Amino acid sequence: MKIHIKNGRLVDPANGIDAQKDVFIAAGRIAAIGAAPDGFAANRVIDATGLTVCPGLIDLSARLREPGFEYKATLESEMAAAAAGGVTTLACPPDTDPPLDEPGLVEMLKHRARHAGFAHVFPIGALTLGLAGERLTEMAELHEAGCIAFGQASVPVVDTQVLMRALQYAATFDFPVWLQAQDPFLGKDGVAHDGEMATQLGLPGQPVSAETIAISTILQLARDTGVRIHITRISSAAALDMIVAARASGIAVTCDVSINHLHLSDADIGYFNPHARLVPPLRAGHDREALRRGLAEGAINVLCSDHTPVDDDAKQVPFGEAEPGATGLELLLPLTLKWAIEMRLPLLTALARITCDAARVLGVPAGALSAGAVADLCLFDPQDSFVVTRELLKSQGKNTPFLGQTLPGRVRATLIDGHVAFENGR
Amino acid sequence: MRNPQLTKNGELQHLLTIDGLPREILTAILDTAAPFTEVAEREVKKLPLLRGKSVFNLFFENSTRTRTTFEIAAKRLSADVINLNINTSSTSKGETLLDTVDNLSAMQADMFVVRHAASGAPFLIAQHLAAMGLEHIHVINAGDGRHAHPTQGLLDMYTIRHYKRDFSDLVVAIVGDVLHSRVARSQIQALTTLGVPEVRVIGPKTLLPSEVEKLGVRVFHDMREGLKDVDVVMMLRLQNERMKGALLPSPQEFFKSYGLTADKLQCARPDAIVMHPGPMNRGVEIDSAVADGPHAVILPQVTFGIAVRMAVMSMLAGA
Repeated sequence: MKIHIKNGRLVDPANGIDAQKDVFIAAGRIAAIGAAPDGFAANRVIDATGLTVCPGLIDLSARLREPGFEYKATLESEMAAAAAGGVTTLACPPDTDPPLDEPGLVEMLKHRARHAGFAHVFPIGALTLGLAGERLTEMAELHEAGCIAFGQASVPVVDTQVLMRALQYAATFDFPVWLQAQDPFLGKDGVAHDGEMATQLGLPGQPVSAETIAISTILQLARDTGVRIHITRISSAAALDMIVAARASGIAVTCDVSINHLHLSDADIGYFNPHARLVPPLRAGHDREALRRGLAEGAINVLCSDHTPVDDDAKQVPFGEAEPGATGLELLLPLTLKWAIEMRLPLLTALARITCDAARVLGVPAGALSAGAVADLCLFDPQDSFVVTRELLKSQGKNTPFLGQTLPGRVRATLIDGHVAFENGR
Repeated sequence: MRNPQLTKNGELQHLLTIDGLPREILTAILDTAAPFTEVAEREVKKLPLLRGKSVFNLFFENSTRTRTTFEIAAKRLSADVINLNINTSSTSKGETLLDTVDNLSAMQADMFVVRHAASGAPFLIAQHLAAMGLEHIHVINAGDGRHAHPTQGLLDMYTIRHYKRDFSDLVVAIVGDVLHSRVARSQIQALTTLGVPEVRVIGPKTLLPSEVEKLGVRVFHDMREGLKDVDVVMMLRLQNERMKGALLPSPQEFFKSYGLTADKLQCARPDAIVMHPGPMNRGVEIDSAVADGPHAVILPQVTFGIAVRMAVMSMLAGA
């Protein structure tokens, strides 16, 4: 299948290109950018007039809910949601049931994902058996089965000796470790940021120190073990300051933030909106401002959806009892564009955070439209906008704090391995 | 976002929290309550305002006192009262909260009086009723988690107005476990809404919530300093389980620093009144000499509580 995408505005952050250029695809790969290769005869021409053509999006955290939580979402439903959102590569955290702690599970997930078609799926293996924080998983075996990194999703390792040994062991093989920073004790009871809003609503608060103490532990162990560390879902200005300082002192640490924390603060809990129940909790307004600046400046490397479909029953309960998480695959691009518009950022900078920068953290050759690269692309209309409704979302999870909001940008087509995986709403 | 307890016309649809209610509505409730205090002194203590209406007392958390006062208030208004004590925890596999609400709605309930251990539960119920097109069913929050206990806050305001007449030049101190107290939050919101110029909270740092000063209060850790020249002392109940979570060393030490004794009360104005939402822990947050002394208005609070709950129920039923 040879495809010619013509008249689009090509935005390819990896190669620093923002210009009107045609894209030529053959045999699942980019054949050429700009001028057609000699003798190129397209089977199909896609007219991208008025559209932006960029690398397929890369999402560092998308829970597909398999195995174990098929009543919340299935691989099929979430892979379709990814395609509709322009996402062509995604990493999935290990907090499935059972957790991704043995090679068989990972192989099955990879197999099921390939069978479903759509995005390239990269599982993150469990760092400890059952995520229990006691015994190491067979990381080398899991790596062979397809795990690109190891982590604990949002389950902290309580025993710091276990954590140190897990990082040492991962460092032995140069496996990256992705950790979310939450102190197991200070983070235990709180369901909202410990501030005015939690006080007003009578919700148990989680202090910022629950995050910063854990970051301090992780950074010191990362320095001592030499492990490649990525800190996921940072939520506070203080956390970002610590990461920036650690980099200045020579620790190679990367980090990401979720679309929810980029746009919302604890004030968005409003009247106990269960969709704003997230882990980590939404922090104060000044934290959000710091995260928005940090991502713009590149101090935060990547923006991710932290896609977590939750069934209605688990959300239709009082705020503190609601299962945390929000669906996000289909909102990653619109919320990136919204942030870019509000921050007056060039599209090249904004899209880098969900394409080539994400690919670098993931350690996979994706997120660039270079000749010879895999033809994963996203075509979207930046002028169009839409209202987020339950009906519109392809994800089985309808849980998002952005319900009812008007967001910019609509994906018109998603190409994966040179095949059209999604086109005009289907 | 519209305050979910008000109708489009700004009238009271539910009573879920004091927060966000205009002063006029609070004053109207207190004014409505005034004549109801006389009903209790009649030979026939009944008014027909809620005749034919069904009030469901939906208590997911144990309470004898509050449930009883709501029951008396509803019966004095001639309503049919159904008491449901639903012992439940979030982990039990029982019926969900909203399933229970749906079932009771199908029994033609007119009003739910809800107590729940989780902050926000009455909001969830009110939002669910709206989504189901059952706006005619009213919800009264009888205490949710640490969040709100609006009828307690209102009866406290009634008591203060009864003894002090005017809110505009008062100094009021709230003492004790503010962190876990839904009563304190409703009191603070009611006092600031009604124009009390100085509201103080007094307690150890472990029992004061984060950024509490943003609710419009002055923070004191020294009780004598905090009680200086106050007109009203509002004591809070201290739950025994606070010793477990490393919040306090012992009830004895708490009493020493924050228990209200006649000696500490000397710091307040000579005509200060002392209030307590009950049930009291004598010798923990309050000394018997004060609880039974001339400054205490704790039993009148209970009496006024029935009138205030009658006022709220009759206003909601008329809305």
